Amino acid sequence: MNRNKHILIILNVLLILSCFCLSTSVSAQQKNVILATTTSTQDSGLLDVLIPIFEKKTGYFVKTIAVGSGQAMAIGQKGEADVLLVHSPDAEVKFVAQGYGINRKLIMHNDFIIVGPEKDPAEIKGVRSSAIAFKKVANTNSLFISRGDNSGTHEKEKAIWKSTGIDPEKEKWYQQTGLGMGQTLNIASEKKAYTLSDRGTYLALKKRLGLGILVEGDAILLNIYHIIEANPVKWKKVNAAGAKAFADFMVSKEAQDIIKIFGVDKYGAPLFFPDAGKKVEELGKLR
Amino acid sequence: MDLIIDGIIKAFLLFISLDPEVIDITLFSLKVSGIATFISLFIGISIGTAIALLRFPGKKIIVSLVNTGMGLPPVVVGLFVTIFLWRNGPFGFLEILYTPSAMIIAQAIIATPIVMGITLASVQQLPGKLRLQIVALGATRLQMVWTLVKEAKLPLLAAIMAGFGGVISEVGASIMVGGNIKGYTRVLTTATVMETSKGNFDIAIALSIILLVMAFMVNLILTLVQQRKRPN
Repeated sequence: MNRNKHILIILNVLLILSCFCLSTSVSAQQKNVILATTTSTQDSGLLDVLIPIFEKKTGYFVKTIAVGSGQAMAIGQKGEADVLLVHSPDAEVKFVAQGYGINRKLIMHNDFIIVGPEKDPAEIKGVRSSAIAFKKVANTNSLFISRGDNSGTHEKEKAIWKSTGIDPEKEKWYQQTGLGMGQTLNIASEKKAYTLSDRGTYLALKKRLGLGILVEGDAILLNIYHIIEANPVKWKKVNAAGAKAFADFMVSKEAQDIIKIFGVDKYGAPLFFPDAGKKVEELGKLR
Repeated sequence: MDLIIDGIIKAFLLFISLDPEVIDITLFSLKVSGIATFISLFIGISIGTAIALLRFPGKKIIVSLVNTGMGLPPVVVGLFVTIFLWRNGPFGFLEILYTPSAMIIAQAIIATPIVMGITLASVQQLPGKLRLQIVALGATRLQMVWTLVKEAKLPLLAAIMAGFGGVISEVGASIMVGGNIKGYTRVLTTATVMETSKGNFDIAIALSIILLVMAFMVNLILTLVQQRKRPN
C-alpha cells in the first residue's frame, strides 16, 4: 500500500533525525562547558560579546544558563554546572567553604543603584545612604518592587533592608516579581515604583524606562562579580578543564580589555569595570 | 500603539533581510516541535487507539488520566525532565540536558497526551457497528485497526494540529531543559521572553509575529489536507 510506504518513510526520517540529535550531543560532551550565571550578564549583552571569542579561541562550546545568582549556585551545588559567574559575595564564600567550588576569582564590578519614578514620592533623590532612602520609601508607603528570587541583587536588597531594621516582606507597598532584572525594571517602570538594580542592566534598558537614578555611590551598593569553578573532586562529571579554560579567559587581558570598553559606544559609559588580579577591598575607593 | 507598529515593521524587515539568526531560530523551532509532534503521534495514536478499542477494568480512570494529561502544564514537564536529565539524575548518563534532544523529549511529553486524548475520543465516536462490519468482511485485527484509524482521519489531523500548536507555543519547558542557549537551543518563544526582559519590545513583537505566521502556515497546510475532497 502506497500510504503505508509513506508512513514508513516518515518514521525512518524521524528515527534518523532523533539518533542524529542524540549522537551529536553525546560526542560533543567533553567540549561543552555549562556556565551558570546571572541574568544581568546576559541581559546587558556582555556575554554575547565574550563567549564567541572564547569559543573561537579554545574550541569549547559554552552553554550559558542565565538565572539569578541564587539559582546559579543551587545548580552548582548539584554539580550541574561547570563554572559560575555570579555576584552574591556572601553566598559565594559559603559556597566555596562548603567545598562546592574552587578558584574563586574577582572578575569585574559595577554598582547597584536605587531607581524610581521621576516624581519621586518618597523624596530620596540625592540621598547619600541607601538605608535612609529605603526607610523613606517605607515611611511613605511608596511602592517598591523586589526581585524576590535570591539573586545577587535580591541578596543586596535584603542586606539593605536588614540594616534599616524594617521587614518589608508582608507590607502592601512591597511586591516581589520573582523575575530577572530586565523584567523587574520594566514592571517598576510600569507601576511607577522604586527598585534596586545593577547599573549595567539599567543602562542597557534605560531608553525604554520611565525611571531615573535616585541614589548611587553608597559603599554598600558595590556589585562585585566573581567566577567560581565547580569542584571536580566533589563532582566527577564536571568538565574541569573547560571550566578552568573559561575562568582563565575571563581574567585574561583580552577579556578584561573587552569588559573595560563594553557599552561605551552604546551607552556612553562602561557597564562594568574589569578587576582581575585586584583585591575586593580596593574596589570601594573607585567610586 | 507605536510599539506594535514598530514591531510589525521590524518583523517585516527581519523577514525581507533574511536575518540569519532569526531564520535559524525559526527553522530550529520548527524542527524541534516537528520532531516532538511526530514522536507524540506515534505514541499517542497507537496507545490512544488501543485504549479506545480495548475493554479493561479501570478504563474510565485511564481515560480521565489521559484527558487530564491534555492540560499538562509545560513548566511541570520542564521541571521533571530537568531533574531526570541532570548529570547526577537517573538519566544523567545520557548527558543531554541543555540540548535540542532534551527539548524534543519535553515537548513530546507535552504533546503525547493531547494527541492521545483526541485520538481516543475520535476512535470512540466511530459507530460500534463499523467495527463489526470490518471484522465480518474478513479483515485481520491489524487491518481492522488501520481501517478504523483511517476512518477517524479528520479528527486525527486535528490532533496533529493541537499537538503541534501546543508545543510550538510553549515556553516553560523549553527554557528549563534547553536553557535558551544562543545558536543552539534558542527557539522563537524563549527568544521572545529574553528580548522582552532585555526591553527590546520591537524585536519581541517581531518574533511573536513570525511565530504566529509560522503556526498559521503549518495549520493551513494541515487544514488543506484535512478539508480536501476525499477520493471515492
